[in-house]
Amino acid sequence: MTTLTDPSGPAMTATSVRAPAGLPRLLPQVPGVPEDLRAHVARHGRPPYRGGRGQLIQSVEAAGLTGRGGAAFPTHRKLAIVAAARGRTVIVANAAESEPASRKDALLLRVAPHLVLDGIQLTAEAIGASEAHLYLHPGTGHAIRQALAERHAAGVDWLAVTVTEAPPRFLAGQESALVNRLGGGPALPTFVPPRVTERGLGGAPTLVQNVETLAHIALIARYGPRWFRELGTAREPGTMLTTVHQPDGQTQVIEAEIGAPLRTLVSGSAGPGARAVLIGGFHGTWLPAAVAATLTLDNQALDRHGAALGAGVIAALPADRCGLAEAARVTRYLAAESAGQCGPCLNGLPAIAGALAELAAPGPRRGTRQNAERWAGLVTGRGACGHPDGTVRFVRSALTVFAEEISRHERGLCAATSRKPFLPLPDGMPTTEDDWT
Amino acid sequence: MADILRVNPINCSGHGVCAELLPELISLDEWGYPIVDRRPVPPDLDPEVRRTVAACPTLALKLMRQ
Amino acid sequence: MSGTTAFWYTSRATGIVSLLLLTAVLVLGILVNRQGRLPGLPRFAVTSLHRNLSLLAVAFIAVHVLTAVLDKYVSIPVSAGVIPFASGYERFWLGLGAISFDLMLAMIITSLLRGRLNRTLWRAVHLLAYASWPVALAHSIGSSKDLQHGWMLGLGIACALIVAIAIIWRLAHAARQVPRAARVATAMARHLPAAGSHHPRERISR
Repeated sequence: MTTLTDPSGPAMTATSVRAPAGLPRLLPQVPGVPEDLRAHVARHGRPPYRGGRGQLIQSVEAAGLTGRGGAAFPTHRKLAIVAAARGRTVIVANAAESEPASRKDALLLRVAPHLVLDGIQLTAEAIGASEAHLYLHPGTGHAIRQALAERHAAGVDWLAVTVTEAPPRFLAGQESALVNRLGGGPALPTFVPPRVTERGLGGAPTLVQNVETLAHIALIARYGPRWFRELGTAREPGTMLTTVHQPDGQTQVIEAEIGAPLRTLVSGSAGPGARAVLIGGFHGTWLPAAVAATLTLDNQALDRHGAALGAGVIAALPADRCGLAEAARVTRYLAAESAGQCGPCLNGLPAIAGALAELAAPGPRRGTRQNAERWAGLVTGRGACGHPDGTVRFVRSALTVFAEEISRHERGLCAATSRKPFLPLPDGMPTTEDDWT
Repeated sequence: MADILRVNPINCSGHGVCAELLPELISLDEWGYPIVDRRPVPPDLDPEVRRTVAACPTLALKLMRQ
Repeated sequence: MSGTTAFWYTSRATGIVSLLLLTAVLVLGILVNRQGRLPGLPRFAVTSLHRNLSLLAVAFIAVHVLTAVLDKYVSIPVSAGVIPFASGYERFWLGLGAISFDLMLAMIITSLLRGRLNRTLWRAVHLLAYASWPVALAHSIGSSKDLQHGWMLGLGIACALIVAIAIIWRLAHAARQVPRAARVATAMARHLPAAGSHHPRERISR
């Protein structure tokens, strides 16, 4: 493990608290039991405000924290950009969790809301924000509003947090779509440049941070970068929340050390339990189960196989399901969730979804796979946001990992013995402007 | 240092004027939308590039630094 | 009121030509929006002609105004070209001409500065074309007796019909157009069967 000196000095806390050793860090000691404000302060102390802009950022840099919302961008760099901006700045805690297969942000907000809310306050102080927002997954507002009220009564927060629920759209959590939504419009992405860190909500530089990232910041502020680096790898320190879809159908949110072997997360992944593993969610990558079993939970290891952690979704597809059918279902969902603003995405994704649907059904298919490949190449990099690219990544990896199934289907056969859908998908398709607000 | 040509796909309506004026760098996909060469613009094409950027009916084509 | 000076004739002639040019510009503008083609011409010809003819129209209108000002038979201040109702002679009808011309100038200036302007603003100003043209037609009919009989009347009617047809065509498309939110649903319907099973319908075997 790397040893570092914490340049920011000891955190200022009213009470002396011991840094948590090992796991869990974000999740409460007793699984599933939410920590109210009293329990939170007893465990971690009150938020250690530094008294000025910029001070926390050095700690975050030393800690090597990267974003936990999917892009894994070095957090300190984002903070520094917004902190350096002149004038008004805005902070948004992103809990939209628009990925249907992800549950970690919802859980985190339910069981450790005060870590997230501390993170908002501490980060807002560090960047000099004058406006704070919490952007929530639809239907999750109630509990967090109570937590905010608790804090207000105890005088813990220095900046008021406006809570807004996102629409139930896959793109709702995308940075520019989020800013549009908070600005009163629909949750539709916009063309970049300018990035939201340059011009975001109301034209002000806006820091959009996943709620898990903010929770990590809240801990780093108290226990320091050296503590943060006690777990994880040198390149990717710390812990992360993963949403694991086990082959038996159970879904668990597991806080794991980065670099942990994947097989410790997925039950029975090495055995006949799983056929293939989807890593990184619906914009992620399929890997054969045998390959996944040899890998560790870090981007450096995954990158060698063309995969990435994303927002920590790991789904182990049971061997008795048809991978093509699953891929076709998800691709259809992704196509239906296109913002419909860019020609290539609007035309290409439904075409790709149609091709996958054909491949998922047994019967000879002339040219379908080639069409899918052609369209995949056509849409990559040609949308205003990353939706077509993410979808293509998912589709291409499915076509590779399930190549055997494709041949089998062409001969009219399918090795699957169960038609039960595995990956979670919401019902219905957006059709009106209201569906995006 | 060099300029690159980019299209804002939200503003692009698939007119196709750009591909006519600048076939060296722009072609149309099967749906009529422009596929733009991402490499830096060759300096000798600069006047044509500027003319094409100005000709786009929706101003979706942009010449950008770096 | 007809004079016999060259200035007066030139003003009337350039006036008619301007009306024809403006008719062409408006129709071409609609054609650009609808991604229409002129037979035998490349796509950029439509956008080019639309822009170039609009500049040509402005040039003709400038001559039209200046020659009317220079003509000694009636007294028209040069400001009447852009300031509505500034002329003593035929105050109302010439005023309409100034209004129409002001709208055109707004459209052209915003188009020249398009890259720096908000898209919605540009579009809103450009839609003023639908106000500018009828006002120009009214000005043409009212400010001299020319369009009120003979072949010029026929010309005026023809222009009005062409514009009316183009506008109806444009409105018909707007009425049929699928709004953004439903566009994806339409594309999906084209490529995928509605609802139903996502799984193979045929017999499953190993």
